[in-house]
Amino acid sequence: MLTKKVFYKQSKKGTILKIVREHYLRKDIWCGCKGCVKCALEEKDMILDACPVSKCSLLSDPHYIFLDTNAVLDQIDAIEDPYLENIIIPQTVLDEVKHRSSSVFKRLKEVIFDKKRKIYVFVNEHLKATYIERRVGETVNDRNDRAIRKAATWYQEHTGVKSVLLSDDIANREKAVEKGIFAFSLSDYAEATDSATLSERLCAKRWSERRGEDSTDVFPAHLPPAAVHHGLKAGLLLQGVFYASKENCLEATVITDKHNVLIQGRASLNRAIDGDTVAVELLPKEEWVAPSNLVIESEEAEDEVKVEREINEEERQVTGKIVAIIHRKWQQYCGILQLSPIKGHTYHLFVPAKRHIPKVRIETRQGEKLASQRLVVAIDGWPRHSRHPQGHFVRALGKIGDKETENEVLLLEHDIPCSKFSDAVLADLPSNDWTITPEELAKRVDLRNIIVCSVDPPGCTDIDDALHCFKLPNGNYEAGVHIADVSHFIRPGTALDKEAALRATTVYLVDKRIDMVPDLLSSNLCSLRGGEERLSFSCIWELTPNAEIISTRFHKSVIKSKAAMTYEAAQAIIDDVSDESELAQSLRGLNTLAKVLKKRRMENGALSLASPEIRFRVDSETHEPLEVVSKKMRETNSMVEEFMLLANVSTAEKILEEFPEVALLRRHPEPPPANFDPLIKAAHHQGFEIDISNSKKLSESLDKAIKPNDSYFNVMLRILATRCMLQAVYFASGVTQRSEFFHYGLAAPLYTHFTSPIRRYSDVIVHRLLAACIGADATYPDLMDKRKTDKLCQNLNYRKRMAQYAGRASVALHTHLFFRERIENEEGYILFVRKNALQVLIPKYGLEGTLLLSSKDKKNPSPFVFNNDDHTQRAGDIVFHAFDRLVVRLYVDRSNVQHERLIMNLVEPSIPGFSVCSLGDLVPTEEEQVPPPQVIS
Amino acid sequence: MELLNDQGLRLDGRKPDELRLIKCKLGIFTHTDGSAFVEQGNTKVIAVVYGPHEVRNVHRAKTSADGAFVNCQYSMAAFSMSERKKRNRGDRKSTEATIHLHQTLAAVIRTELMPKSQIDVFIEVLQSDGGNFAASVNAATLALIDAGIPLREYVIACTASLGTGNVPMVDISNLEESLGGPTLTVAVLPRSSQIALVEMSQRFHLDFLEPVLKMAMKGCDYTFKVLDMAVESYLSEIGKPNNWGQA
Repeated sequence: MLTKKVFYKQSKKGTILKIVREHYLRKDIWCGCKGCVKCALEEKDMILDACPVSKCSLLSDPHYIFLDTNAVLDQIDAIEDPYLENIIIPQTVLDEVKHRSSSVFKRLKEVIFDKKRKIYVFVNEHLKATYIERRVGETVNDRNDRAIRKAATWYQEHTGVKSVLLSDDIANREKAVEKGIFAFSLSDYAEATDSATLSERLCAKRWSERRGEDSTDVFPAHLPPAAVHHGLKAGLLLQGVFYASKENCLEATVITDKHNVLIQGRASLNRAIDGDTVAVELLPKEEWVAPSNLVIESEEAEDEVKVEREINEEERQVTGKIVAIIHRKWQQYCGILQLSPIKGHTYHLFVPAKRHIPKVRIETRQGEKLASQRLVVAIDGWPRHSRHPQGHFVRALGKIGDKETENEVLLLEHDIPCSKFSDAVLADLPSNDWTITPEELAKRVDLRNIIVCSVDPPGCTDIDDALHCFKLPNGNYEAGVHIADVSHFIRPGTALDKEAALRATTVYLVDKRIDMVPDLLSSNLCSLRGGEERLSFSCIWELTPNAEIISTRFHKSVIKSKAAMTYEAAQAIIDDVSDESELAQSLRGLNTLAKVLKKRRMENGALSLASPEIRFRVDSETHEPLEVVSKKMRETNSMVEEFMLLANVSTAEKILEEFPEVALLRRHPEPPPANFDPLIKAAHHQGFEIDISNSKKLSESLDKAIKPNDSYFNVMLRILATRCMLQAVYFASGVTQRSEFFHYGLAAPLYTHFTSPIRRYSDVIVHRLLAACIGADATYPDLMDKRKTDKLCQNLNYRKRMAQYAGRASVALHTHLFFRERIENEEGYILFVRKNALQVLIPKYGLEGTLLLSSKDKKNPSPFVFNNDDHTQRAGDIVFHAFDRLVVRLYVDRSNVQHERLIMNLVEPSIPGFSVCSLGDLVPTEEEQVPPPQVIS
Repeated sequence: MELLNDQGLRLDGRKPDELRLIKCKLGIFTHTDGSAFVEQGNTKVIAVVYGPHEVRNVHRAKTSADGAFVNCQYSMAAFSMSERKKRNRGDRKSTEATIHLHQTLAAVIRTELMPKSQIDVFIEVLQSDGGNFAASVNAATLALIDAGIPLREYVIACTASLGTGNVPMVDISNLEESLGGPTLTVAVLPRSSQIALVEMSQRFHLDFLEPVLKMAMKGCDYTFKVLDMAVESYLSEIGKPNNWGQA
């Protein structure tokens, strides 16, 4: 049977169109119950139990549960709880959920996908018996509610088992009861079960209805959607994404198409949370302000901080206030519970670990138990009268301060998939005793008799690159880079491939590695271990002694690495003049060529930047960090790096030539000149000019900026320069302008990632493209689709960024663990001078922290005066400039369990009443406990 | 929007291998030599055939002693979409469709039997909802049969595309066309299983071409059965002694 869906839609031009779509009604839609004789069901579609046992004391008869749309949207956390089973989701609900919230829809789909939960999607909209037409004057919502009730009644008649409708809408429940269906609210139903977790996970939505008597509106009301729509259209409002400041909880920026709008003050922020899409109204020009440059951490501090309004005209920024929230981007947040001061109270404040997320009010009866745990909490809403958003408990992660828990928090916060590989993924792996078959060997170039070796950091088990080099009879060199042939094992479309594409990268934490591919591949079959035959993808050049490329060839090959060396060992072989072995000559050849390559690259304008890199030496048993070592750079590091760059560039050229639309490349955009302002100002003060007109000029001016008496000065300039850069990103060549392909940092017109397929998914794709180029492998549809490649790139970029952040957070975590036991005086340098603080870098630990200068104490004001023109802080005779040397005392403040903080106190130069003395007196006195600054290295 | 939901149904409730409802009528006009009306879902097309007749003024140069000249014209009514849109005759889309139509029909019309003559086939899309060209070919076949023009056999067209999870789907509606990826239109001679025309809106990966083409051809077979039945009942209607010769 056929019916038509007719509706009206406004087109982009504003004209109203009549849209008519066909809607087919069927008879072959089944109920999904086991053993149903009326339906022609296949075994795999029998999801629901024939006699679902009641778990709820409200109704002892067996019954199926029906959910309405709002129940799903509001209570998705409770639905995720595995307690409820035998649930029927009508398609009406599924469609509505999809329409209203894509994130809830995604979660709901995952729940449905879990076969153990016995959740059946009933396509009521296409079943003739359950389809209903909208009546005249009936709203869409009412029609949908009626459709859900109709589905529930149909089930009751069809199966003879009771249907229970869970809905928070009283009118809906009443109508259901009239039709002979049981109906309860989800919270009543959940509380009548004997599950401990289910009712805790209920959404706190009902709070917004229950307003306390002392409630006054803290926030101005949001505009209704229609008003927002008109305002946006008329240009009175601007739409943008809300970014809360990480340093000041009362300040934020909204990035709109036109301006970056500054938002200041609680009322102006108006309940927006980091990541939301909001509508802003600009304030009149007289009310524009400048960023306060203050570090405010606790929300309670608001009243005390009165920002003085003497603002330079130049510093004023476009300022606005938030009038509505267009799209919420609430996630689940990690954090801890701050128990209510009243004993036995069930409402507590949840303090998220992310500073720029406000505290959340939640209700739980397990308060005492959870106080020492790390929790995950979801936000439900933020009513006008409440100072804090309201949420509910989702799950507990473990004890605060435990390294395991903290690691898990870290992974969760950075959205890193770290679950064990599923059975489906493991099934795609080759067997343990895998060897190279003769057929495979016949397809590949046999390079087993060539002297190939790999050079990696110590302890590296996923070796993905190896090198060789020898002199040709004509005086030229043949050099080759051999990369683990991961794409041979990860075939497109398999579960393994999908998992790797999702993970996108291996994540390195200080004490842990979260692999992109299972261990068997990453540390064994793909790893180019010494003395074992391995499949590889080779890139081989003929180079003149002057490192000019004469020819490049790519082929799949079989190699047998002669040695897997560390940088140190390789360096020793090169330096040992007496060693005349083939391996030594090969390494020396590589080293000579690499030097020429590096020199040429630098001449082309490649930047050599610095970041304070450190490693922890970790106790093998307790896994506590023992010592911090900064990473050493040897010649061999640079040797390997040069050849990897060369291989990447050669590959990029090749795949772009063959696949101009779908080549996966990596670009590094040139930063806008304004980004360099802090660098130029700081260098200028020290008497150096930095030319940023292009990367070559920048590189040259950085090279020139050397202070003979201060070797660390240049490193700091480079650290600052690194901060000015933009992120390098992966992209599909077909969706980006040709002029933007450039890699700024490496000064390369084309670049990609080819050399680490074990730990990066981008390289796997590049391998597949390259294999298709040389005819070693076939293409597949998704590889040739530029939109799919583009989508993949976005995931790769996101995961890469998150992996980087997680790595840094892990270092920070270990730094804290390291300093828990000690207090040290260390030498540091000023990186930036802020209005009320100094940003200090400690080279020894690669640590960066804030030294707060302002004082809360009214009687004992800060001796410092900030000069805005030359960015200095002055206290008496002592003036602090950027790059000045200091001595600071470091220790961990454990007073706040959530954020253990590394505190810096000034030791030298000594300023009476502010600095601490260098000997003894290790316990800081009360005055010194200024609001502790943030420390993230 | 997903083209195929997890329950394996398309947006309008069809399964991937199900056609939209087909309705057709032959001999709807009396002043023409042949005419037909085809409805495939919400797509509605009229085809009209004149001829064979002597070659008229403008086409005189195309007169051939070897066979008849087939003159096609495809156009869309201004009211065929939800927004009225007046098209000039000979816009690019119609011209392309005209050329394809000519190519398709030339494969089945036995032009060699009618030298120095002309056959006109006019197509008007009355309502457009995806698969316009396929419906036009089907309508043209029926109109040619109605006009009594000698054909080798039927020529039937159908569309197919790829849904979520790369499942081939047949008979693509306008909504699916605008949401989804490439659409493949194929015109076949169902009895001899010959292909008269294949056209793609975008590129397919080679791996998918075969299943999609197979799906489209399966659709053609089914459409053929429906049209053949319609022709049979129409002929038995007009062939009855009591109303011989009246459409």
